[in-house]
Amino acid sequence: MAQDDNGGTDIAAAGSSSHEHEVAASPGTAVVVADGFENPGFPPHRKRVTDEDPKKAKTAERAVYTMFYLSIVGSVWAIAAYMIFPMESNDVFDVRLNNLSFGLGVSLALLAIGFGAVHWAKALMHDVELVDERHPVRGSEETRAGAVKVFQDADQESGFTRRSVIRNSLIGALVVFPLPAVVLFRGLAPQDQDPVELLSHTMWTQGTRLTLDPSGVPIKASDITIGSAFHVIPEGLNELEHHRLEEKAKAAVLLMRLNPEELNETPDRADWSYQGIVAYSKICTHVGCPVALYEQHTHHLLCPCHQSQFDVANHCEVIFGPAKRPLPQLPIAVDDEGYLVAQSDFTEPVGPSFWERH
Amino acid sequence: MTSSKRRTGRRSPLATVALLALGLVFTGGAYAAFSTGTAQAEVEATSQQTIEEGKKLFQANCATCHGLDAQGTEAGPSLVGVGAAAVDFQVGTGRMPMQMQGPQAEQKPVQFTDEQTKQLAYYVASLGPGPDIPADHLVNGGGDAANGAELFRINCAMCHNVAGAGGALTEGKYAPALNDVSGVHIYEAMVTGPQNMPVFNDLNITPEDKRDIITYLQYIQDNRSPGGFELGSLGPVSEGLFIWIFGLGTIVAITVWITAKSN
Repeated sequence: MAQDDNGGTDIAAAGSSSHEHEVAASPGTAVVVADGFENPGFPPHRKRVTDEDPKKAKTAERAVYTMFYLSIVGSVWAIAAYMIFPMESNDVFDVRLNNLSFGLGVSLALLAIGFGAVHWAKALMHDVELVDERHPVRGSEETRAGAVKVFQDADQESGFTRRSVIRNSLIGALVVFPLPAVVLFRGLAPQDQDPVELLSHTMWTQGTRLTLDPSGVPIKASDITIGSAFHVIPEGLNELEHHRLEEKAKAAVLLMRLNPEELNETPDRADWSYQGIVAYSKICTHVGCPVALYEQHTHHLLCPCHQSQFDVANHCEVIFGPAKRPLPQLPIAVDDEGYLVAQSDFTEPVGPSFWERH
Repeated sequence: MTSSKRRTGRRSPLATVALLALGLVFTGGAYAAFSTGTAQAEVEATSQQTIEEGKKLFQANCATCHGLDAQGTEAGPSLVGVGAAAVDFQVGTGRMPMQMQGPQAEQKPVQFTDEQTKQLAYYVASLGPGPDIPADHLVNGGGDAANGAELFRINCAMCHNVAGAGGALTEGKYAPALNDVSGVHIYEAMVTGPQNMPVFNDLNITPEDKRDIITYLQYIQDNRSPGGFELGSLGPVSEGLFIWIFGLGTIVAITVWITAKSN
């Protein structure tokens, strides 16, 4: 243990020590200051009103103990409020009243102690300025030798170096110890499945009907008027027993109908829409927020998180914001009964980038 | 103390009465008189006269932009087939006649009386089939608020905010706040898709579901948030600004007080 060689002795009243310190720099911080300025020392001590006027001191004293009494009142009020405003009914406003009253009491109790203590220290406690010299960082030679000896003795007595089998087995045990945690964390990830594969595919397959979120009612192409926006989930999503939310998070689709003349489609995707009805993934390609702020006149889709804008009329190309890729389009068609179905899954992974997706 | 504060934070009972009265005036008023099946002939006669009145009003006030026969011009779209609901919404909330061209027509003091609005609505409805002004039982808030809340979160909350406080869109456009909007106007907005709002027809959101959504909006208006100060229900923006200014301000003030020398 390093001893504080000058502990306690370096606190001196202002004015008596500052000049001596200037002459003899302490050995630990012996930096020669070539053009150092003279330590001006403290400004002259100014007495407070409470030092000079006993009446003012009395007032300050009263203020301090009033604060402490207020703290007691706060604590007692908190206990009382907990009983006066019970949370027994199901009304959420009772919870609010209980929390609010209890919290106000506890806040008063703590704040009043704090303000009282600070005011006490500032107005009434001894306030002559003191200098506490920083002691040298390097310990004395004896202290350093002592510390080394402590380690050597401990090594001798425990046999840490001598009994190497014990030492090495201990190190081995410590290394193996975190492994169960690693296994547990691995257990959180999907089993027997490649995460890349999971991220690349959704519930949509050829012939899956487009259904309304949340009811799961299938949608006919004739139901959709121009200017409409339908929030869509794949048929069968509501019946899934496992991973329903995970599947919804990947498969959510926004269905819109534009005037076919306003839709600029590339030739290779011309049959992906149906009479101006287009379906796009609702998951932003930036960080995966649901993009659903659709403006039916401008055909712009706005992502509320980081203001990426996609132009639905041009295959959802990015026209503003941090997203780097257009929203993936779901190829759709109409089945024999007039219901909208998917032609296939999305042709690219939906949502934000991941390690294997460039 | 707290309970009385909570009570004053709510809408006063008079406001609910006024809201109901407003809804009744819009929906009940002229429309109820026309839609009674007992005096069909009389209704026909009144309707024809109403349409004639509406046409005069239209040509005097709307034809500059929408054309003399509502066929549309470069300054304004065709109104053939938009239906009575669209006119009742646009004129009944003061959005039309438009004050000036801009990112979007804003709500302003209503320019026509309820009767004139109905006349305009039925004139435009006579030009082509379109959504009609909804029946009273669909807009009086007697539905299932929980179902309405789920539908609102899926279909509306991304633009209008989960508490209906409204939000920004692109290039100066915005989704308006939905508090203090009458049920009938909310219904009409859903079926007609005014301005950049998408259309939510009856096959997307059924009339009963629309009634549930209106019920939810009226519920959150009458039952304010139990969490205390709402700060406009704008979420992290206003809450963050509040804590940034007042929370940090308090900490700075206390720090200054602690370190200042006593007198």
